[in-house]
This record gives sequence, C-alpha cells and structure tokens, in this order.
Amino acid sequence: MTFNKNLKNILLVVFATLILSACSTAKKSGDIEGDVYTGKETVKYLASGVPDRVFFATNKSSLTTASRATLRKQATFLRKNKKLNVTIEGHADERGTREYNLALGERRANAAKDYLMTYGISGKRITTISYGKEKPVNPASSTLAWSQNRRSVTVKVN
Amino acid sequence: MKKFFLALTIYFISINSLFALIKVDITRGNLDPLPIAVSPLHVDIQSVELKDIKVKELGNNISSIIEKNFKSTGLFNPLKKEAFVQKPDIAHLKPRFEDWRLIKAQALVTGKLLVKDGKLKVEFRLWDLTAAKEMTALAFTTTPSNWRRVAHIISDKIYERLTGERGYFDTRIIYVSESGPKSERVKKLAIMDQDGANTKYLTLGNELVLTPRFNPTNQMITYLSYFRNMPRVYLLDIETGRQEVVGNFPGMTFAPRFSPDGKKIIMSFAEDGNSDIYTMDLETRVVERITNHSSIDTSPSFSPDGKYIAFNSDRSGLQQLYVMRSDGSNVKRITFGKGIYGTPVWSPRGDLIAFTKMRKGRFYIGVMRTDGSGERLLTENYYQEAPSWSPNGRVLVFYRETKAGSKGEGFSATLWSIDITGYNERKLMTKTDASDPSWSSLLSK
Repeated sequence: MTFNKNLKNILLVVFATLILSACSTAKKSGDIEGDVYTGKETVKYLASGVPDRVFFATNKSSLTTASRATLRKQATFLRKNKKLNVTIEGHADERGTREYNLALGERRANAAKDYLMTYGISGKRITTISYGKEKPVNPASSTLAWSQNRRSVTVKVN
Repeated sequence: MKKFFLALTIYFISINSLFALIKVDITRGNLDPLPIAVSPLHVDIQSVELKDIKVKELGNNISSIIEKNFKSTGLFNPLKKEAFVQKPDIAHLKPRFEDWRLIKAQALVTGKLLVKDGKLKVEFRLWDLTAAKEMTALAFTTTPSNWRRVAHIISDKIYERLTGERGYFDTRIIYVSESGPKSERVKKLAIMDQDGANTKYLTLGNELVLTPRFNPTNQMITYLSYFRNMPRVYLLDIETGRQEVVGNFPGMTFAPRFSPDGKKIIMSFAEDGNSDIYTMDLETRVVERITNHSSIDTSPSFSPDGKYIAFNSDRSGLQQLYVMRSDGSNVKRITFGKGIYGTPVWSPRGDLIAFTKMRKGRFYIGVMRTDGSGERLLTENYYQEAPSWSPNGRVLVFYRETKAGSKGEGFSATLWSIDITGYNERKLMTKTDASDPSWSSLLSK
C-alpha cells in the first residue's frame, strides 16, 4: 500500500489513508468474482499483454468471459509464433480429494486446449498435464489462495 | 529379501477354548479395555549372543511390541510390569492364577525363547486368569532377524483368540513420504511396519508419486508416478524393486487399485479431459473400458468378491458415490446426503464402504452400507481423506492435512487411524510427513 507522502495537511492525510485502506479491502474481495480469481498477482506472461493462465470456479472447468479473452490472446500469440508448442497444466485447489482433483485438473487443461483449438491452434501443438492439487502457486489455506490455485497455465515447451 | 517370508513352522501345543470366560467385544467402542499382563519372554540360558541383536533383551523387546500393539487397539489395557507377581520362566510353566488376579489382570501372556544354531525358537501361552486355564499356545522357529515379526504374529494370535476376529499386526503400510515447503513438496514412496518400525523408502523423490496401493495377494504395489512428466499408473514389486508402467495409454492414468484376486488393476484413464474407469488384466494385458460417461469417473474400488465396483462420479453435478457391476452395468448412485463424497473403498469384509465426505468446508471419514444406507461419520477435521482398511475390516487408516498460514507455514500431512466404531483415533508415527496410506494384507496367512 502506498501512502500519500504529502504531509502538509495532516487531516487530509488521515482522510486519504482512510480512503486508500477502504479501496484496498474492496480490491481484495474484488479479485474474486463468483469464486473465480480475476486479479493479476500470480499471473505471468507468454508475451507482452498475453497472460499465461486462466482461473476457474470451485469444482468447475467452464471458462469465464475473462478466461476466454485471455485464451484468445494466447491463440493470437500462438498463430504468430507458428513453431512454438505449449503444455497446458491443469490445477485444482487443495479442498478436494486427491484423485478427483487429478481428474478436475485434466478437465480444466483440456477446456483451455479445446478453446485454443477453436481459434485455429492445432491440437498437435498442445499437450496437457494435470497436477491436481499437487502444485499450488499460493501455499496459503485461504479463499484467495484457493482461487489462485484453481487454474490452467499455458507453458512454452520449445 | 526372500528371508522376509518367514521360514515358519507353527504347531499348536494345545487349544483349550472350552470354559474360557474372557472375550473382548470389538463391535462397539470399548470403554472398558481388558486388563492384560504381558510377561517378558524368558530367554533360555543356552541362547547364544548375536552380533546385531541383543539376545538377552529379546524377551523384553518382544513383549514390549506385543504390549504396544494391544494398547493401540484400545481394546486392551496392558498392565505395568512392576506389578507382575511371577518370574517369566515360572509363570510360563504354571501361573499362580490367584496372585495375577490380585493385580486385576484378566489375561496373561507368557513365553520363552531360545537363540541357537542361527535360529530363533519362540513359544508363548495365553492364560485366562479368571477361569484359571490356558486359552491358546503356539511355538515356532524362524531366523533371529525376524524377531519383530514374531512379536506381531504372537499379537495376532492373541487378538484372534480374544476377539474372534483376524488380527492385523503382522502387516505393513505403504504411504507417500513428504518433505519440503508446501508448494514444492518432495514425495517418495515409503513403507513401514504397521507399528511404524522398519521405514524404507522405495523411490528417491526425483518424480512426483501418489496413491500407492497394495496387491491384497502379494508384495506388489500399484501407484501413480510422474516419471518423465507423464502421469501413469505403475506396478512395483517391492521384493525385487522392478517396476513397469501399466498398459499403453496415450494420456494420464491414475487412481489405481488391485482387484481382490490381485490379477487386475482398476484405474481411471483421462482421454481429452474426460476420466473414465478401465481395468487391465496383468497376465493377458487385456484392457477393458468399464464406464463411458462425459463426467469424471474415478476412485474405483472392487468389492471383495470381485462382483461390484464402487466409484466416484460427478455425473449428477457434484461428486457422489456409485456402485455398479464389475462389467460396468447396473450403475446405481448410493449417496444422497448433504455434502459431496469421494474415495469409496470397499471393506475387506464386504459389508461396508469407507469414504471421504466434504460438507460446509469440513472433511469427514465415514462408513456406510454398500447400498448407501446407515451412513456413520467417524471423524471430522479441516482436511482428511483417503481411508484404507486394515485387513480385518476393523480399523481405517487415512491422512490429514493442517491449515497453512499465508506463506504455507504450519502445513503438515500425517497418518491417522480410527476404529470403525468411531473410537480410538490415533496418530501414526512416521519419520517424515506422510499421506496416501495403504494397509497390506496379513504377511503370514
């Protein structure tokens, strides 16, 4: 959190701090919409403006509007880089049984793969792997961490 | 490793079951455990010393293991040795029943051993102190290095005589040993005796390994390995260390278990994101598809007669338990309670299915009849799953994870056991963090 460094008017600073902290809490809960993580905290990029991952709701593998937008950016990127192959890793949060989570991760990875294929990316360029709940990106046991861990991540393989 | 199988010569000295008064009822939680005195085994003075085994202490060490086994059941209360009223050798010949009764013991175990010519000879007797009678006696010969197993076999015989059920002490547990921070766990296959002794690691931790399960008929293991980053079901012979991938599937195979005759593996195979249940015959290599549904079908487990399969599916929307014939026909949903269900495991007795239940952010281990009726939740926790049955169907072992802090700190994974009565919940001591336990059959049958 960054504070206003202009301390000439103490009252103003106190006021500003109140607003900032209010904003910061609002933003935190705003990072999850209907159980799906919408923030940027854990996101890496395949290229400038091309996020590497999409997020899912608990027990779900359906793609949100935001996820589809991300995957379309990935498809555009992959069309431009014809020699590039990728692996899509599917992940689940820790709040399920291990075996079901392996299946769920597989389903999530394939949901992303299928969407890329509908945008003209050959299935031959995409492999999938499920890690279930085995590789959390955020090790905390919190609603935020679980939402960040329910993800599929597109990784360059060459 | 061949010597692992006991060169075991068992002969019954006598069985005197008539007029025995003591009997332990294990069908409900036992709040009044049976007071039992386990006398140290008398070490015959003709015994020779060995390099790696302290023969003089062997009698004490064997009786300590027996006591620990009994204590772990919650059904017995082993009495303190300071109160014992007779020397081991004399008690073994003929206990003074009235004196032992004075220290409130109801049963007495006595024995003696001899180490000579590279062999360990052991005999023991179980005495009913109330009826003043010998209940059972047994003698056997084995190699001295097997002395811990001797203690477990004696424990099994006594447990069987007093409860009328098969024992489960001469068994092992295979599990996944865990180390390292939560987001970069190193996982290895590990095996230990049921009481936590003799831990051995079967893989090095180079690749992720999950869900090892024993073949109920021999020393084979099936498990999931991410070897070369290809998650596949493997077979491992723990006698020879030989391992092989099961089948030739073009995608992830997981959730393996053996059929009750040990001849097939049942597992899930994920094709284009969809997981269905398959079997593979280990001799003929014939693969059969058992389910064909657009939902996730996983965690299959055969009934002990091999005729049915319990499994986990989200075909209704969320994870529920189903039972079908072993050819995949006649699929019936068996769970309709509030919450979602996973990991059904058929009891070796055939009468119950153990499961994991998730409801309102809490995890339960429970049992139900095979038609889904009579659900009983045995234990509730922040996170626990993956029950595995003791070979006599009386105890479940499972794993638990703790809630982690914001950096993953405070996370642990541990093994626990609980009686199907819901009593006697115990933590199993493992050398590292541990998960995915699977209980072996009795090693000596």
